[in-house]
Amino acid sequence: MTDVELMVIRSVGGGQPFKYAVGEHGSRFFHELKEHRRIVGIKCPKCGKVYVPPRRVCGPCFAEMKEYVEVGPGGRIGTFTILRYAFIDPETGKQKPVPYGYGFIKFDGADTLFQHYIDIEDESRLKIGARVEPVFAPQRQGTIRDIEYFRVVD
Amino acid sequence: MGKKRVAIVGSGQTLHRSRRPDVNGQELIHEAVQAALSDADLTLADIDAIVIGNMDHFEGINYVDCWSVDGSGGWMKPVIKLTTGGTTGSTLSIGGYHMVASGLFEKVLIIGWEKNSESDTTGAITTAFDPIWDRLVFAGAISGLAVEAQAYMARYGATDRDAARVAVRDRRHACKNPHAQLRQEVTIEQVLASPMLADPIHLLDVCPRTDGACAVIMANEDVAEKLCPTPDWIWGTANRHSYTYLADVNFGALDSMAGAAKELFAKTGIKEPRKQLQVIELYQPYSFAGIIWIEDLGLVPRGKGAEYIWSGATDLGGELPINPSGGVIACNPIGATGLIRCAEVSLQMMGRAGERQVPEVELGLSTGFGGCMWTDMMLHGKRKPE
Repeated sequence: MTDVELMVIRSVGGGQPFKYAVGEHGSRFFHELKEHRRIVGIKCPKCGKVYVPPRRVCGPCFAEMKEYVEVGPGGRIGTFTILRYAFIDPETGKQKPVPYGYGFIKFDGADTLFQHYIDIEDESRLKIGARVEPVFAPQRQGTIRDIEYFRVVD
Repeated sequence: MGKKRVAIVGSGQTLHRSRRPDVNGQELIHEAVQAALSDADLTLADIDAIVIGNMDHFEGINYVDCWSVDGSGGWMKPVIKLTTGGTTGSTLSIGGYHMVASGLFEKVLIIGWEKNSESDTTGAITTAFDPIWDRLVFAGAISGLAVEAQAYMARYGATDRDAARVAVRDRRHACKNPHAQLRQEVTIEQVLASPMLADPIHLLDVCPRTDGACAVIMANEDVAEKLCPTPDWIWGTANRHSYTYLADVNFGALDSMAGAAKELFAKTGIKEPRKQLQVIELYQPYSFAGIIWIEDLGLVPRGKGAEYIWSGATDLGGELPINPSGGVIACNPIGATGLIRCAEVSLQMMGRAGERQVPEVELGLSTGFGGCMWTDMMLHGKRKPE
């Protein structure tokens, strides 16, 4: 394949033109996180399951949810991995820094998991069931990055 | 059961390679279509409708139903596109089955394809996930699978050595399949020594990315036996989706597969799948799934998957061979991958699977899996269903 000639078609200055709505429940989550460092879930009136992040409908019951429940901020590792291979992050167009800890956290009082970074300074501390707590960003802006990462506190 | 019973009467696959710069998308599709028409001894004039699909974001070109018509044979014919992520290929086969079973179309051509070499696979997969809640830490298919494997290992004590045994099986089977992209035997030690991608998944535990296409032709019971001396009869299908955000998943078991299997086996009278099925083509994108998901299928009790794999029962020559084609670990043109499972089981039922043929097959199962923890399933039989 040494004689391959590449045709280059450039996309110049391409930002993402998307403007996503997070909805009423998503807004509540980010507001509480930003202003009060609180984690908010929502409870199904039928099955009692507590969802994080909060959303309108419990799928299995197909029931509308309205009851906010404060959960966490501590929790346990539900499952996790350590990402070790390099790949391009489509959100930034740049190589994602690896390795990093990829966690699914079960906040105290919640029934679903919540994806976020886990600190891997000591990899041996990452275990399913290990207690974790969030490290909040000092300047919070109402995004998922208002939590910088979770750290193991066991 | 639909209005008409349905059978597969032919199939075709392209040359599957990590990169096919010799053809564009339309030409790749054409290669599979010509192979399937020739296999079924039909011409395009015999085809009443076309179902086609892939995952658009891998190529960054939408509407394959439109731009491929010259190559697909869809010019001035009814064409429908289906795309459901990793399950695209298996959803295509279910969609085609529905069309023929409805009685509205006698013969339908089903096409799945992908040119994974044309973009960054991990980046493209990430765009299938929620931008607000899912993308910050997500790292494509491997990350989602790694956390499933971790959860299962913690629950049942399985190891990466157990999983490596599955990779060894599939890669050995692939050597008997002329269509497989990767045809090289490996040892357990080689799997365990290959680079760690995301704990506990090693490089040789996972599927490659492939350029390739597959086409399958289905016909109704009025013509199937005239077109094919040994048609592959479709006994039933089932599919399940299970979550909104990735973190809603019950990691460590595949609930969608357990739900689909329960429905499919109940409606087709399968009481002991391990005894009643003779072959399975499992959409198994990484080795650990070969242990976990056979429990969801109900082949063995929870926590017994590894023991069953080590017994050799799922090897060619064993009690219930799984992935005689080498499966997804050996070849993965994503939009075609689920349809290849279907085509491979049809070859088994017709007794035309060559070196990878399982002897004396009566019933076989093909499945599809999507990164969104979805499951599609199809039960195939040598005999016409009642």
